[in-house]
Amino acid sequence: MSFSTAGYQLAPVLPELVLAVGAMALLMLGAYRGQETTRTVTSLAVVLLIVVGALVYMQPAGKQVTFGGSFIVDDFARFMKILALIGSAVTLVLSTEFLSDPSRRIFEYAILVLLSTLGMMVLISAGDLISLYLGLELMSLALYVVAASNRDNAKSTEAGLKYFVLGALSSGMLLYGASLVYGFTGTVSFTGIAAAATVSNVGLVFGLVFLLVGLCFKVSAVPFHMWTPDVYEGAPTPVTAFFASAPKVAALAVFTRVTLTAFPGIVSQWQQILVFVSIASMALGSFAAIGQSNIKRLMAYSSIGHMGFALVGLASGTVEGAQGVLMYIVIYVAMTLGSFSIILAMKRNGQAVEQISDFAGMSRTNPLLAFMFAMLLFSLAGIPPLAGFFAKWYVFVAAIKANLFTLAVIGVLTSVVGAYYYLAIVKTMYFDEPAGRVDPVRIEVRTVLAVAGLFNILFALFAGPVVSVASAAAKSLF
Amino acid sequence: MTTWPILSVTTFLPLVGALIVYLSRGNDEAARRNSRWIALWTTLITFAVSVILVMRFDPGNPDFQFVEKANWLATGITYHMGVDGISLPLVILTTAVMPFCIIASWKAITNRVREYMMAFLILETLMIGTFSALDLVLFYLFFEGGLIPMFLIIGVWGGPRRVYASFKFFLYTLLGSVLMLLAIMALYWNGGTTDIPTLMHTAVPRSLQTWAWLAFFASFAVKMPMWPVHTWLPDAHVEAPTAGSVVLAAILLKMGGYGFLRFSLPMFPLASHDFAPLVFTLSAIAIIYTSLVALMQEDMKKLIAYSSVAHMGFVTMGIFAGTMQGVAGGVFQMISHGIVSGALFLCVGVVYDRLHTREIAAYGGLVNRMPLYAMTFMVFTMANVGLPGTSGFVGEFMTLLGTFKVSIPTAFFASFGVILSAAYALWLYRKVVFGALVKPQLASMKDLTLRECVILFPMIALTILFGVYPKPVLDMSAASVQQLVNNYNTAVTAVKAAALLQ
Repeated sequence: MSFSTAGYQLAPVLPELVLAVGAMALLMLGAYRGQETTRTVTSLAVVLLIVVGALVYMQPAGKQVTFGGSFIVDDFARFMKILALIGSAVTLVLSTEFLSDPSRRIFEYAILVLLSTLGMMVLISAGDLISLYLGLELMSLALYVVAASNRDNAKSTEAGLKYFVLGALSSGMLLYGASLVYGFTGTVSFTGIAAAATVSNVGLVFGLVFLLVGLCFKVSAVPFHMWTPDVYEGAPTPVTAFFASAPKVAALAVFTRVTLTAFPGIVSQWQQILVFVSIASMALGSFAAIGQSNIKRLMAYSSIGHMGFALVGLASGTVEGAQGVLMYIVIYVAMTLGSFSIILAMKRNGQAVEQISDFAGMSRTNPLLAFMFAMLLFSLAGIPPLAGFFAKWYVFVAAIKANLFTLAVIGVLTSVVGAYYYLAIVKTMYFDEPAGRVDPVRIEVRTVLAVAGLFNILFALFAGPVVSVASAAAKSLF
Repeated sequence: MTTWPILSVTTFLPLVGALIVYLSRGNDEAARRNSRWIALWTTLITFAVSVILVMRFDPGNPDFQFVEKANWLATGITYHMGVDGISLPLVILTTAVMPFCIIASWKAITNRVREYMMAFLILETLMIGTFSALDLVLFYLFFEGGLIPMFLIIGVWGGPRRVYASFKFFLYTLLGSVLMLLAIMALYWNGGTTDIPTLMHTAVPRSLQTWAWLAFFASFAVKMPMWPVHTWLPDAHVEAPTAGSVVLAAILLKMGGYGFLRFSLPMFPLASHDFAPLVFTLSAIAIIYTSLVALMQEDMKKLIAYSSVAHMGFVTMGIFAGTMQGVAGGVFQMISHGIVSGALFLCVGVVYDRLHTREIAAYGGLVNRMPLYAMTFMVFTMANVGLPGTSGFVGEFMTLLGTFKVSIPTAFFASFGVILSAAYALWLYRKVVFGALVKPQLASMKDLTLRECVILFPMIALTILFGVYPKPVLDMSAASVQQLVNNYNTAVTAVKAAALLQ
């Protein structure tokens, strides 16, 4: 039996196949053996993600297209997939404690994360509107359930429901936009759309706008961000860490691919939208976070702001811009996972605490934890020599090259406002009187924190290779 | 010549010291003593290495020396280090002041000593790096990175309003710097590189010069600080611990002046020329206004802080005069002010450690109990006034001389600063040191200890040495300053000639 007929090779989708089959197998294992297998299933899921990551890594360089152009594997896709897989695997590792509670032994959790990751991989490789929608829905449906995975908690259930309702709405808009685009170009494939959409007409622009609305919802860009703070706060912390990392990677990847490969002919049309969306996100992310007292809610606003910064790169619509997005998302994922591992470590007497005032005086009670968090916060604020500075450098340098000066100036000014609330947390940890030691931190959380923290602090040392990989990945889109 | 990267070693030695301090665990008295000694030895060794820099430096060569270059971020952004006659004096100033800061904190800092020493050592690395980076991104890394340790130093070991002061310091400086960051990016696309020596010889279009100059100005004017964006400085000075104030006054403020010399003048000569009247006006206002404000202060540190703003006004004025005397005077004034203001803050620290107040009204008649202190304080007060024979005079005189050639009104108004500085400095001195010793809490004040003498006496020696014989500093910077001034004038004359032809 041969796997390949012309245009329909299976080799490019091998990682996805392995992930899908593996997820099914683990589902069977859990279904037949019951909830005691939670730990085993979770561990195997992590292994599976690592194996899939290795498969993606080993795929040949260059562009491969299969399923008649609906599925594209290029350097960009491989870069983003590996990042999404890392995000998913790390969140699963961070979830072990959450899942070890007898009342919450749900093996489906890991399966859902796997399926959602599968959706992300399809999304990242999407070459037409159909596979885009398939991937998006597979990812989102799994996410809705995961958000509500703390069944007995009203807030968690509320988060799941809210996410679902708003997510369904945005999917509807996206579909509507996709149908308009199809109607006015006569094709669903990105290359076909690009060929047809050389001059803007009203119908096409309408389609584009609705399409972008759906995507903005997924990256939680203003004005489609309303769900983010509630979902981040309501969902269990490991789930929030997941929401903040892997799905963002996938959504940003497809955002980049759609705008740059399907609509390169009408850049000026979507550029205005992106400029507005990114300014609004950066501003709201900075100003609204100031009043927050819950750290998870604050991280929600912070992630809204960071998506705004990432979109600055995309708004420039150039290779440099795409490279900026890639750099931003790599560093963002590392900073986010590091920060959430700190939030997970915040436990006193077995009880998770998530108010900012609970961090008071941590520099004296838990100096290392406080130091790592302070460095992550400075990095989120974009202060050199930490990683976050390089993220901002690459998006803004692209914006400057594209002559988007207003956007760049507003962007850096909001980053100063943003620095205020990050500093406020550092102040709580370093200048205030201690509120007591936190419980000993579990080994897996400590490991994640150490890796993410060192990546963040020492990024300047190995920035060169990361830049060249991101640059190659960005070029593969053009 | 040996091939070891002497400049990088100087820069990163303090960082290594910070790591060693970190590894010396424990929280008892022995551990605290250990971290103090490690920090002191690190700063001393760093100073020793930087002395090698001076000995091998060729003052006749106006270009960058001890150049090191390595790949970093590809696409025109490299790890590029080097010093010339303008940056080397500032590097030496940094390495020389740091041991004094460590000794000054010996007794004053008792809680979280380890973290304190680490913060100072990391800060030293970032400061030396700022002065020796020859790549704009690398420069920005060091320049902005310094905010983090200084923020913690003010906020953790500072006075009662430390939170306010540290936030103000951080956000003010950051706001100025992010605009500079955008200008750096624009220069990057204009020249295809962020290499400073290359950019110095890259033509920058007139419009970009104007915007980039303004953006750099936003950052350096805040850092300097110039009127009217100086308001963070008095707060930061008052709340910072003594050594923090010393570093702030002696070194961090110099980054602004250094930035003007390294970037604004060579890279945007036309914009610098266009904006020189603006700088002159702001400098003259700063000199007169902040001197008047200093007259009204009740807090010793605040008074010295305002006097720093006034003295920095002389530096900006001299630099933008664009004449040999003005620029050389600006460099000299920075070094001199680094020593004198640092020493003045140390003097305040001496009495603060004894009485825990900086209120001028709380003191009076100290000369009766502390003759040595009175003598020391007098030398630095005179240097602050700019009395001939002290280093303060040379810098002020040269900048005034240089400015006089370009703008007589500026020089005229700036010279009022000399009179006013005499007024507030002597007033402070009289209130604190002279008079009858009537306040009971002062009766038991002890004179300078050996440790304090070790800190202050070398500074007295330097103040007087450079006042009488300023040649070492002037010679070191002469060739580089000459080249800078020549390039600046060539660029400006070329444009003027072109304008005449049309």
